[in-house]
Amino acid sequence: MPIDPSLVGRSFPPTRPYEVTEERVRAFAEATGGSYDGGAAPATFPIVLAFEAMNAFLEAEQVDLFRIVHGEQRFAYERPVVPGDVLTATLTVATLRQIAGNDIIGTTSEITDSHGGLVCATTATLVHRGAQQ
Amino acid sequence: MSTARTLETRVFTITRADLVRYAGASGDHNPIHQDEEVARSVGLPGVIAHGMYTMALAARAVAEWYPDAELVSLGCKFTSPVVVPAEGGVDVEIAGEEKPGEDGLTTVVLSVTSGGQKVLGMPKAVISG
Repeated sequence: MPIDPSLVGRSFPPTRPYEVTEERVRAFAEATGGSYDGGAAPATFPIVLAFEAMNAFLEAEQVDLFRIVHGEQRFAYERPVVPGDVLTATLTVATLRQIAGNDIIGTTSEITDSHGGLVCATTATLVHRGAQQ
Repeated sequence: MSTARTLETRVFTITRADLVRYAGASGDHNPIHQDEEVARSVGLPGVIAHGMYTMALAARAVAEWYPDAELVSLGCKFTSPVVVPAEGGVDVEIAGEEKPGEDGLTTVVLSVTSGGQKVLGMPKAVISG
């Protein structure tokens, strides 16, 4: 089922507040073979928030995660993420195209701290593989 | 002033166990990164690494090259899947070239390959400090 084209421009509710802890940052760093001894989280850590926002969006639109392939990701940082941050992500559907039976979905997620300050804006291109191929 | 500088290439290995660990740490439990059958059912050649896993390796290389710098932006396209075999692992090679820019910013143009093939499209980081 193709994605509803009227979604373009729609923002989804913010994700529930996520507390950045040293433990979570360390687990993320170590999973990608790195180490963590305090300070800023790895640069791609905000994907944890963006991914949760994307999941909520896919669930709301009844899209199966396993049909999604990641096309592109960009981060624009206002400041690094550090333990103690309490973050939420708000996803907006920016663009939608259909190519060869696939939906190409462009999203932007703004990641903000508990004071409402923008920490990072991240854009993703998601390829939704059609079922009838 | 504007001479490019080549950075020391980094090589990282990705295993299936890494992908399971990353799924837990990132919350991305998409089965195409763990289950061969599901991956093939959507037309993939096998279990593939999360694109964000490969991007995290690129970010790790940048952090190792510039431990004191702050990132301004980071981006890439995911152009070829990195197939991770059930046994052993797959190597990902990260090369970088530094291009000084204006306003105290530095652009790091990356080249991320696996088995000689580019896996990320136009990976680039901009750093300050």
